[in-house]
Amino acid sequence: MFERGIGFVENPYLPYPVRIEKITIETEDRNLKTFRVSFLTPEDEKKFAYHPGQFAEISVAGKGECPIGIASSPTESGFLLFTVNKAGVVTTHLHNMKEGDIMGVRGPLGNWYSLDEMEGKNVVIIGGGFAFTTLRSTIVYMLAEENRKRFGKISVVYGARNEGMLLYQDELSAWQERSDIEMNITVDCSDDPFCKYHIGFVPTITEQKITSAENSVAIICGPPIMIKFTQPVLEKVGFPPEAIIMSLENRMKCGIGMCGRCNVGAEYVCKDGPVFTLAKLNTLPKEY
Amino acid sequence: MDIVKIRKEKLSEFLKKLKDRYRLYGPVPQGNMVHFLPVQDAADMDLSFQNAILSAKFLFLPQSERLFEYSLDSARDDAHILKEVRKDYSPRAVIGVRPCDARAFRLVDVNFDTEKFRDPWWVKAREATTLVGLGCTSPCSTCFCTSVGGAPFDEAGLDVLLTDVGEVFLAKALTDKGENLLKTGKAFETAEKELVDRATTIQQEAAAKIVSRVDTSRLAELDTLTLFEADFWEGLHFACINCGVCTYLCPTCWCFDIQDETHGSAGSRIRNWDSCMFPLFTLHASGHNPRGEKIQRVRQRFMHKLKYYVDKYKNGVACVGCGRCVQHCPVNIDIRQVFQLMNEYKS
Repeated sequence: MFERGIGFVENPYLPYPVRIEKITIETEDRNLKTFRVSFLTPEDEKKFAYHPGQFAEISVAGKGECPIGIASSPTESGFLLFTVNKAGVVTTHLHNMKEGDIMGVRGPLGNWYSLDEMEGKNVVIIGGGFAFTTLRSTIVYMLAEENRKRFGKISVVYGARNEGMLLYQDELSAWQERSDIEMNITVDCSDDPFCKYHIGFVPTITEQKITSAENSVAIICGPPIMIKFTQPVLEKVGFPPEAIIMSLENRMKCGIGMCGRCNVGAEYVCKDGPVFTLAKLNTLPKEY
Repeated sequence: MDIVKIRKEKLSEFLKKLKDRYRLYGPVPQGNMVHFLPVQDAADMDLSFQNAILSAKFLFLPQSERLFEYSLDSARDDAHILKEVRKDYSPRAVIGVRPCDARAFRLVDVNFDTEKFRDPWWVKAREATTLVGLGCTSPCSTCFCTSVGGAPFDEAGLDVLLTDVGEVFLAKALTDKGENLLKTGKAFETAEKELVDRATTIQQEAAAKIVSRVDTSRLAELDTLTLFEADFWEGLHFACINCGVCTYLCPTCWCFDIQDETHGSAGSRIRNWDSCMFPLFTLHASGHNPRGEKIQRVRQRFMHKLKYYVDKYKNGVACVGCGRCVQHCPVNIDIRQVFQLMNEYKS
């Protein structure tokens, strides 16, 4: 392949070229699509060794970059998954791209869910809306044969506005069939009298289903309003702030702690985060 | 290496020898200011300036810099793939940089040159450059470098320090780079003791002229959230018009934006200076903005310089006391007053 660099040893701003292999429309409003991409060269794929919870800067030449959580798991090789909400310039363009098109990814960026430290513990995963992407990565990772025995009970509370807004519906069904993961899927409301999911907001279902904090950690990722009301529920059950793990979002450009915009106090969400414990967030200004 | 002297009438000769090895930059008069630009001859430079309005940071972090180029022409096999833009990183010497700016580059190094990531353009430009500093014989009334770790003849971050002692410049090499530069310029004439003594007196007198002081002693120990929630931000931010001039002139402001610009089927990814004064800096695609209010942005600028930076790098404040923001703020917001408000804050 032709030369992309001019001799810098490493350039953290240089995206790896990838090809869009498959585009899946995830939600009924067509605003969320999952892009399955593969690296143009195997060396790039090798360099892109990531952990659940990390993100990448998606790069579209001529449009720019945007930070997107990695939805695939390191246990799935040969491709990356990004589930993208159509919101700004880059993501709107991305939604109009087609299979076979070339784009770039830069990463992996940020810290990750400290799954090694969760070994032997029960893990509660709470997600809402389209913030379920890195949680999918985490679940797929933990359910992988070589990893499942490292963790205790795995409980999931996942909510969306309605059935049509749930991500990864085939996988959700498959996980519901398994005995080694407890799935509590809920929708805010439903027209379907035979709705197979719970009906109610995530905090309510969390309160009903998560009744013990013993030897447990909770990972929460969702819209601010969901977090605001779920946090007291977890605290009431007995989760200390050190055992509540969250992932933040802020506007980003560089993704490597240099361009200055995503800071929350002295921490850069892109480099020192996006994953923070509630204990840490309690010491920081609420600028997110 | 001894302190050497460079006679002012021989400065052109000195520069001529440097030109064989270095790309030369110096303070060039532009209207009523000086600006660091390429120079060919001593006559191009004004070495009697007080300070440049724009700090020399753009030599390492240009206001606009092309990073990558790409083609959108699908007939090409490299369509849509970003490639680094070729740049000249041959040796460069900058003559006449003020010690405050040189100190600022060091403070900014911790952002761009980290254990995990290195910003290649900043690092390469820094490596390629030899900084020939010019000490400040007559500091401005707004200078307060001496209370933030600097001095008008501070050597930190410089490769050579020049002292203007009338008919000659005394040149002191501070690093190997600096020594090489003086050798290249064939500046071997050792300064007599009498001249060195005169330089010392000039340096001491200059430091004594800086009467503006700030106190930073409590900043590290103060609680972040207490300062963040302090009541003085309300009064302080009121006059601010978010023009951003403070951030553009500041030698320690490094924030930038990255944008793609396409013309026809070819384009570049460019980075531009950005500013925490602008609401767009932090605006999410969803419309949410964690610093959508002016008070939040004003607080961010000062908290970053005087508290977050202090805590993150244990490297002192991210301010070198150059006074540029004090001089040029259209509504007279004075960072020296903010030092005082923050440092003396009691909840």
